[in-house]
Amino acid sequence: MSTSSPAQTAVEGKTEVKTYRQAISDALWEEMERDERVFIMGEEVGVWGGTYAVTRGFYDHFGEKRVRDTPIAEMAIVGTAVGAAMNGLRPVAEIMTINFAFLALDAIVNAAAKARYMFGGQFTVPMVIRTTTGGGRQLGATHSHAPEPIFAHFPGLYVVCPSTPYDAKGLLKAAIRDDNPVMFVEHSTLYQTRGEVPVEEYLVPIGKSDVKREGSDVTIVSYSKMTVVALEAAAQLEKEGISAEVIDLRSLRPLDTEPVIASIKKTNRCVVVEENWALYGVGAEITARIQDEAFDWMDAPVKRVSQEDVPLPYSRELEQSALPNAEKVIKAVKLVL
Amino acid sequence: MAQSNSKGPDKETMRNWYRQMVLIRRFEEKCAELYSAGDIGGFLHLYIGQEAIVVAAQSVLREDDNIITAYRDHGVALARGLSTKGVMAEMLGKSTGVSKGKGGSMHLADKEKRFWGGWAIVGGHLPLAAGIALADQYNGDDRVTMALMGDGATNIGYFHEALNMAAVWKLPVVWVIENNQYGMGTAVTRASAVADIAKKAEAYGMPCCMQVDGMDLLELREMFTEAVEYVRSGEGSFMLEAITYRYRGHSMGDPERYREAHEVETRKADDPITRWGKYLTDKKIATKKDLEAIEKSAEEEVEEAVEFAQNSPLPDPEELYTDVYV
Repeated sequence: MSTSSPAQTAVEGKTEVKTYRQAISDALWEEMERDERVFIMGEEVGVWGGTYAVTRGFYDHFGEKRVRDTPIAEMAIVGTAVGAAMNGLRPVAEIMTINFAFLALDAIVNAAAKARYMFGGQFTVPMVIRTTTGGGRQLGATHSHAPEPIFAHFPGLYVVCPSTPYDAKGLLKAAIRDDNPVMFVEHSTLYQTRGEVPVEEYLVPIGKSDVKREGSDVTIVSYSKMTVVALEAAAQLEKEGISAEVIDLRSLRPLDTEPVIASIKKTNRCVVVEENWALYGVGAEITARIQDEAFDWMDAPVKRVSQEDVPLPYSRELEQSALPNAEKVIKAVKLVL
Repeated sequence: MAQSNSKGPDKETMRNWYRQMVLIRRFEEKCAELYSAGDIGGFLHLYIGQEAIVVAAQSVLREDDNIITAYRDHGVALARGLSTKGVMAEMLGKSTGVSKGKGGSMHLADKEKRFWGGWAIVGGHLPLAAGIALADQYNGDDRVTMALMGDGATNIGYFHEALNMAAVWKLPVVWVIENNQYGMGTAVTRASAVADIAKKAEAYGMPCCMQVDGMDLLELREMFTEAVEYVRSGEGSFMLEAITYRYRGHSMGDPERYREAHEVETRKADDPITRWGKYLTDKKIATKKDLEAIEKSAEEEVEEAVEFAQNSPLPDPEELYTDVYV
């Protein structure tokens, strides 16, 4: 994994180089300084400083009222955040990893995502669930999921998956200011990556896909870490004279396929790179959208590069062989050309 | 029966409690009728037999306190003062319903009245109660949140997680267990490791009142008063277990194989409304005639609500797509 994020697009104005971790930390800090109603809660967010060190220094600065260490109790973390949000606060609840969000699935699905609709619009649930996703760290089958599409299935929830420090900061600030519940999914292997981040305050609107690299021969659709993989593949393909356009969805819900469709009208070919399993995944959805909106523009079937259809194993080589990588993307691109 | 305290409520208020209980019962009897006729769909969980609990609870809460419950929520809605018309319209899925016809029987709420909902997943509302209370504590408001639940909810993981967190953070919640003897069709003794459910409070270092007579309005009021005062003082949460009985099945269509008819009949003999009516007449707070007039007025209110609901328009088809997001 390169420490410099290849997914970074050009940023206007005065900038500084930040890690993905620092960009997220800065977004949280700035929003807590800006709005007294914003507070964070979760396992080890306080005294420990966050298990991914995102909230280091927060406890000392903001105090235990606004930086709340919780018991290891995901149902209560999410459910309590929903209640606090309904009653006027703007919680940022941290679920240490998305693997533990399964424990909170009912609170996410039946409370956070439904509280507004089910009572005829009486309630708002302005909360963010920050969590980390992804495999590739030899953590075994239970700690290596990338199940974002599960959460993106439910109307009432937003699911945001940034791939760069720039997007991570701007999207997290937008998520905290949004009046809807947002799952903010960080990738656990991107924290060390670096990129240009504006010095001035900025927001990235939720629900806008981003063309991370322009190209003319094939459209590669991706999100989160897979955007980094797609860009690595695109750089190698360029050496072989193949011009790939890389689109970063940035959020799975709302899903903005406009740039995808526009790109396909130019390239007529598409590969989707997803860390989730293929069955009922992001690639399946993107393929369906393409069928609906650009069927006549396609010169080849859409190819998906996904995680192998197995639980992730511990052993390094085995695990890596199950995950999408640039080589697999290149192979898929060559199949559709 | 407990005596009312020295500064006690006036006669009008005491008669009004009778009216609230009767209103809830007549409302639900009408709902059962409408359900059988196919006018109310989905699930219908009746509160009949348990009315004294919510009326007593509501009588000690301030208007700006919070209340939240599970799916057996009609009684809470009416005791909280939601309009009978709006609640009945919700039962019929009409646009004039309290949740615009999108919630139904199990999802009544009124944000203005700080009734935070009927929630239909057992235990799912317990952390919400903690969160609502957390927001008040965070803002320095001295509101109390009252969270009602059935005995069955005390066996689910949510109960443990929410009460533990509430205790750790000293959240201002009165946790009310309405022990109606059955979680759906499974008796408490077959589902809970301890039969005295409020003993579970000990696990969270929380004070509690066990085995409060849920059929006795005054005893309930006394316990609720103690609980609310404790919680409002900033000491943290309090648990209260009211022993009650639902006369009807878990929901409409319950075959009730788990209990004998005579058990229900025996329990009905100790009816909370009858008991409160007798207290009022014994103490000369109301005459039999007064009570009959109250019953008649409650029946009329229900009839008017039905008429209102039946004459209300269905939700606009476009409403399907509103309020998914802000």
